[in-house]
Amino acid sequence: MSSDIFQDIKNDFPIFSNQINGKDFVYLDSAATTQKPNDVIDSVVHYYKNCNSNIHRGIYSISIEATELYEDARSNIGKFINAKSSHEIVFTRNATEAVNLVANTWASQNLKEGDSIILTEMEHHSNLVPWQILAKKLNLKLNFIEIQPDGELILDKLDNLFQENAKFLSLTHVSNVLGTINPIKDIISKAHEHGITTLVDAAQSVPHMPVDVQDLDSDFFVFSGHKMLGPSGIGVLHAKKTLLENMEPFLYGGDMISNVSLREAQWNDVPWKFEAGTPNIAGAIGLGKAVDYLNQIGMDVIHKHEQELYNYAIDRFSELKDFKIFGLENKHSTGGVISFSYSDFHPHDIATILDGESIAVRAGHHCAQPLMEKLGVPATTRASFYVYNDTSDIDKLFNGLQKVRSVLT
Amino acid sequence: MSEDIYKEIILDHYRNPRNKGSLSNAEISAQDNNPVCGDRLSIDIKLEDNVVSDIKFDGEGCAISQSSASILTEMLMGKTVDELSKFTKDELLEELGTPSLGPARIKCALLSLKVLKMGTYQYLGAELPSDSDN
Ligand SMILES: Cc1ncc(COP(=O)(O)O)c(C=O)c1O
Repeated sequence: MSSDIFQDIKNDFPIFSNQINGKDFVYLDSAATTQKPNDVIDSVVHYYKNCNSNIHRGIYSISIEATELYEDARSNIGKFINAKSSHEIVFTRNATEAVNLVANTWASQNLKEGDSIILTEMEHHSNLVPWQILAKKLNLKLNFIEIQPDGELILDKLDNLFQENAKFLSLTHVSNVLGTINPIKDIISKAHEHGITTLVDAAQSVPHMPVDVQDLDSDFFVFSGHKMLGPSGIGVLHAKKTLLENMEPFLYGGDMISNVSLREAQWNDVPWKFEAGTPNIAGAIGLGKAVDYLNQIGMDVIHKHEQELYNYAIDRFSELKDFKIFGLENKHSTGGVISFSYSDFHPHDIATILDGESIAVRAGHHCAQPLMEKLGVPATTRASFYVYNDTSDIDKLFNGLQKVRSVLT
Repeated sequence: MSEDIYKEIILDHYRNPRNKGSLSNAEISAQDNNPVCGDRLSIDIKLEDNVVSDIKFDGEGCAISQSSASILTEMLMGKTVDELSKFTKDELLEELGTPSLGPARIKCALLSLKVLKMGTYQYLGAELPSDSDN
């Protein structure tokens, strides 16, 4: 690869020092979750070994250290996406919980019968089902921005969609199936012209490319730590501070209050108002470290690396008979994801035979069944890349795919 | 789990499925989909004196689900309805020669058995036992 940073990068990730089935492990499922570098694992271990304690209330030293680590992680993550203030960063369990938080707070408070929510046809179930439920509860309409066969959103009908009681728009920044990067800055700006509040599902963008929430001007913005080298069980909601301040809490209990009497309570300041109960302290600390690790490499460098891998893969796979990449004509791809079909081989058979070669890919609908329907297939096989992948992984995938053909025909 | 599960018998039935198609006037008939994998499977059975006299399956899906259906149809020919209702997953898995399919793929292998049980219990007018082999 062009950049030397990636030469020995696998050494930073202990999982790659294990052999699986006697072969070097080739991990091509980072769109599902990513592997963790030693820095992140060590930071989690450090917390449990050296300063395990509850935060925000201890008077003693290790609790003060833990609180500092937790809050430093928050500001670190805020800077990473260029939030105006770290107080705009709410820790959640994952992107899914962050979407549910907004559906149950801002959206429940502000949307009324007859209003419509705009989504796209390429949403992950986690940015679709919460809105279906809310729409049923409040009698809202759901309208969808359609996609073209190459995976790009059809934007010329946007003005129609944005008329008629449209109050809220929730859409993915990058498709987890096709890798399409949606032009969300333009879409958000158009939405704002119509007074529409916006949520961006950034689960597949923040890990793979530079993202600036002030530049995008999103109102709500969600992502998951485990997809960006961080631990599982920690995610982020970013929201403009005025929105957070005017929202009712999501969950109620300890930590989210400022003052409690027997019959009533006052809420804590944001963001703590939205962090009821003891949070995933180790997870937040680990995610802060993951951000450090990504910053050391540089998000623009990571983005370029993935695009180079993507181009290399497309080139290699063009030699395979009956190999079809979905959304290949699409010019706006992160490069992090390749979804494909291969002859009439079923994705499960492909994935099982590749597993025998110690290659991990995803087979299925990728939590995007409506999109699969649009592509006209029940399932695809998906290979997705991250910092620790290199061209040798793609060569092994290529060899594995030849093996698939030889086993099944 | 690896390519080891693609035993010769499975590949043979995948490439050359036996008893593929459908039967009109079948006494036992059932179908099921697994939307997660996109597997689709139907089984039709004709009975004569309570014994399987003809059987066909149809569907689409992975090599494991389709070959298992093909193999199952061969195993069931000549069996009584009572034997169909008592047919176990171990009998099928043993014939497939892949005892160690793993949790991810065992559902594929057992889809055909599930469809068989659905059809048989429906024919008998009985409830599918909740601990049935599916
Ligand atoms: C685009 C997109 N949105 C949301 C999610 C949900 O992430 P999580 O399961 O971490 O909440 C995913 C994960 O697969 C995703 O790819």
